[in-house]
Amino acid sequence: MALAPKSPNVIAKYLPIYFLLLAIAGIEFFVAFRITSTTALLTLLLGFAVCSAALALLFFMHLVEERRALFFSLIPATIFVLLMMNMIWSDSYRLLRMKPFPH
Amino acid sequence: MSDSQATAAAAHGHGAYMEESPYAIPSRKLTMWLFIISDAVTFGAVLMAYGYLRVASSDWPTPFKFSPSILNVMIMTFVLITSSLTMLGAVDSAKLGDKAKTSRFLWSTVLLGAIFAGLHIREWLGMIGEGVRLFQNPWGSSLFGATFFCITGLHLLHVFCGIIAIIVVARKFANGSLTAGHVETTGLYWHFVDLVWMFVVPLIYLTNIQH
Repeated sequence: MALAPKSPNVIAKYLPIYFLLLAIAGIEFFVAFRITSTTALLTLLLGFAVCSAALALLFFMHLVEERRALFFSLIPATIFVLLMMNMIWSDSYRLLRMKPFPH
Repeated sequence: MSDSQATAAAAHGHGAYMEESPYAIPSRKLTMWLFIISDAVTFGAVLMAYGYLRVASSDWPTPFKFSPSILNVMIMTFVLITSSLTMLGAVDSAKLGDKAKTSRFLWSTVLLGAIFAGLHIREWLGMIGEGVRLFQNPWGSSLFGATFFCITGLHLLHVFCGIIAIIVVARKFANGSLTAGHVETTGLYWHFVDLVWMFVVPLIYLTNIQH
């Protein structure tokens, strides 16, 4: 009797990225209990989050396999919008704390 | 359309005038990418608003203890990243035409998503039990509850939508009415939900740990 062809292990090639993401998450939890300065912690955690997001985008969402035109159309524009929004939010907060206009 | 174009269209069909996609991907996949970008901006807006409120408030609460909150979030993170792995398995199996394996991976993703949602609701109930409401809490700035429930709630809504979408795709892929392309597009959405969680955890939970 002929054996059925063995189906390939489809998730094996993603395991290194999977374990890397888990490791980054583990480091995040570890440093969160070690560092008490909010600014330092926030900077470090955001750095880790950006690294995790880049890995997920490139390998889980297969952006690395798509044409570069897709990457350059989507990602720089999104980062630009987020950075511009960052400017607007700080201004809105300043306006919130401003005194009323003098009569 | 000029006469010569009309003649060519009649000879070759209208497809002769269709430009090749500059991205070489199906339109449904491009649409999902555009949705993801717009959704990323939405999450960016709420997370930035939260960031400014968090930094500007001198009495921002830091209520999250290792147990139960952070431990719960650690398990949730593990479950969500693992669900991304099973989704990848589903996408690649669908491309290989292995329907049984695709179905197993998709239902595993649904199960992991449901576990994540259950743990999320448990976390919410714990916070509500401690007296956190939308505009009040026992510890400090009244906006803590609003930002916490808004951001985590928006993410949970995405998880619920993802679970429903994967159930629909799993059933329709099994009976042959959807293709591997649909599974891939749903996978893109699910990975995006995972990606957003990578920012929610440090900003909402890890910067508010009770030391």
